[in-house]
Amino acid sequence: MSRRGPRAPGREGASRAATWLLGLGLVAAWLLSAAPVPAAGPSSPATPVPAAAPRLLSARVHAPNELRLRFSAPLARLDPENFRLTLALEPDIPIPLQDVRTAPGNRLILTFGQRLQPADHYRLEVVAPPLRRDVKPATWALLLTVMLAAALINNFVFTRYLGLCIFFGVSKRRDTAIGMGITFTLVMIFTAMLSWALDTFVLRPLHLGFLQILVFIGVVAFVVQFLDTMLRKTHPGLHRRFGIYLVLITTNCIILAVPLLNAQSSSGPLDALALAAGSGVGFAFALFLMSCARERMEYARVPQPFQGLPIAFALAGLFALAFMGFSGLDFFR
Amino acid sequence: MSTAPQSPPTPPPTKIASPVPSARELILNGILAENPVFRLALSLCPAVAVTTTVANGLLLGVAVLCVQVLSSVTVSLAHGLIHPRVRIPVYTIIIAVWVSAIDMALQAFTPALYAQVGLYVKLIVAFAIIISRLEIFASRQPLAPSFFDGLGMGLGFLIALVTIGAFRELLGSGAIAGIPLAPGKPLLFFALPAGGFFSIGLLMAFFNWVERRAQGARAKAPSPSGGHGV
Repeated sequence: MSRRGPRAPGREGASRAATWLLGLGLVAAWLLSAAPVPAAGPSSPATPVPAAAPRLLSARVHAPNELRLRFSAPLARLDPENFRLTLALEPDIPIPLQDVRTAPGNRLILTFGQRLQPADHYRLEVVAPPLRRDVKPATWALLLTVMLAAALINNFVFTRYLGLCIFFGVSKRRDTAIGMGITFTLVMIFTAMLSWALDTFVLRPLHLGFLQILVFIGVVAFVVQFLDTMLRKTHPGLHRRFGIYLVLITTNCIILAVPLLNAQSSSGPLDALALAAGSGVGFAFALFLMSCARERMEYARVPQPFQGLPIAFALAGLFALAFMGFSGLDFFR
Repeated sequence: MSTAPQSPPTPPPTKIASPVPSARELILNGILAENPVFRLALSLCPAVAVTTTVANGLLLGVAVLCVQVLSSVTVSLAHGLIHPRVRIPVYTIIIAVWVSAIDMALQAFTPALYAQVGLYVKLIVAFAIIISRLEIFASRQPLAPSFFDGLGMGLGFLIALVTIGAFRELLGSGAIAGIPLAPGKPLLFFALPAGGFFSIGLLMAFFNWVERRAQGARAKAPSPSGGHGV
C-alpha cells in the first residue's frame, strides 16, 4: 500500500479509464457476436441453405403416444421417414411412427404406434434439417416425482407396510409423533447417502453384493450410535428431546429398506437422496396423521375386543384406503 | 408399550420360569401365549405386507423360522464369548449373517415366490421379535431350550402369517392356496394394501375376544387386550 501511495492521481484516472474502455469493448464484442446468431440461424454463412434452417425449439412427450415439437421455421419434409425416435437405452429399435401432423406456430405433432412415457428418456433424430435431440424431463422434475411417489403414492407405511412397529408404537401422542418424524427424516437421509456411497464405491467395484445386508445394518447402527454420542456431548438439550427416538430408529425397517431399494435400482446420488427424503417425509406425514386420529379416538367408546391395537389397525386401514387415491397422481400430465 | 418412546425397542420383559421349561411348553408358548404377531404384536410389517396369499406367508414364515432358530442356537452357544456391552451389535451381526444365508438360499430354490417377497426377506434383519428373543431368552439359557424357544417363536410367526394369508386370500380372491373355495364375487378390498390392516385388526380382535371368553368364565378381571403394545 505504502508503495502505491505516491502514485499520481492523473495516472490513476487514466488506468481506470482504460479499464472501463476495455470492459466496454468486451461487452460490445460479446453483444456483436451473440446478437446475430438467433437471426441468422446456423452461424457459418458458407452453408448452401439459403434460408435459415429450422431449429428445434422444444420437444415434449405428451401422453399417451404423442411427441410435440416446436420449430423456429416450417419444415420442408414432413414424411414419417424423416423422423426417428428411439428409447435412449435401446438406440437400435425405432418406435413406429404413425402420423405427422402440423399445428399452428410451426408445431409438429408426431403420433406413435406405442405408448410413450413422459418420464422416460428418448432420443429424436431428424433427417432433413439434420439434428439430434434427447427428449427427457428436467432433472428437478424427475427428482420431484421420485420424492412425491415415495411420500404419497408409495407411502412406506400405508402401501408398502414398512415401519409398522414404530408406527403403532409412537403414534399415540402428537408431540412424540412430530419428534419421531423429524428425527427419522434426518437420520434417514444421512443413512441412505452413506449406504449409497458405500454400495457404489466399495461393494459394487469389489463384487461384494452379498454383504449388502450386513453393511447396511452396520451403517444404520453406526449412524444412530454416532449421532447419539455426538448429540449428548454437544447439544444436551436436543439430545434430551430427540435422543429417545434415535434408539428406536434401529428397529424401523424403512431405514433399511431405502438403501436396499436404492441398491436394487442402482440409482444415482440425486435419486437416492430424493427417495430417502421422500420416504422420510412420507413416514413423518403418516405418523402425524395417525397420531391426530388416535388422540381423538381416546374419547371414543370402542368395543372391548377392539381396544388398543385392533382398532388402531382398522384406522390404519382407513388411511391406507385414502392413500390409494394418490395412486393416479402423475406429475407429468 | 404404554409409554412408547421411553422404553427400549425390546418388548416388556416376559416372565421366564427359573426352572427351564420343557420343550413342549416352550413351543406352545411361542404359538399361543406369546404369539409374536397376535399377542406380542411384534414384527408386523411383513405380517401385513406379504400375506396376500398363503404361499407368500408360508415362504416368509419359513424364512423367519430358520433365522430365529439358527440365531438362537448361535447366541446360546456363543454367549460366553460376547461381552455384555457390545451384545446388541453382535446379535445384529449374527442375525444379518443368517439372513444373508437364508436370502441366498431362497433366491436359489424358489425364485418365483422370492421375486414377490424378496425385499421383506432381507428386512428380517430389522425384526424386533428375533433380537428380543435373543436378548430375553437365548443369551441366558443353554442350547436345547434356546432351540425350542426359537422353534416355538418361529412356528408361532409362521402360523400367524399363514392364518392371515388364508383369511385374506379367501376373502380377496375366493381361494386358499390357489384352490377356489368360495363361490361368487371376491372382495378385492382384502387383497389390497388397506385390507391387510383390516384383516389383522379383525383377527387380533377375534383372538382377544376368544381369550376374554375363556378368561371371563373364570374371573371377571378386565382383559389385558387394551394393554399389550407394540
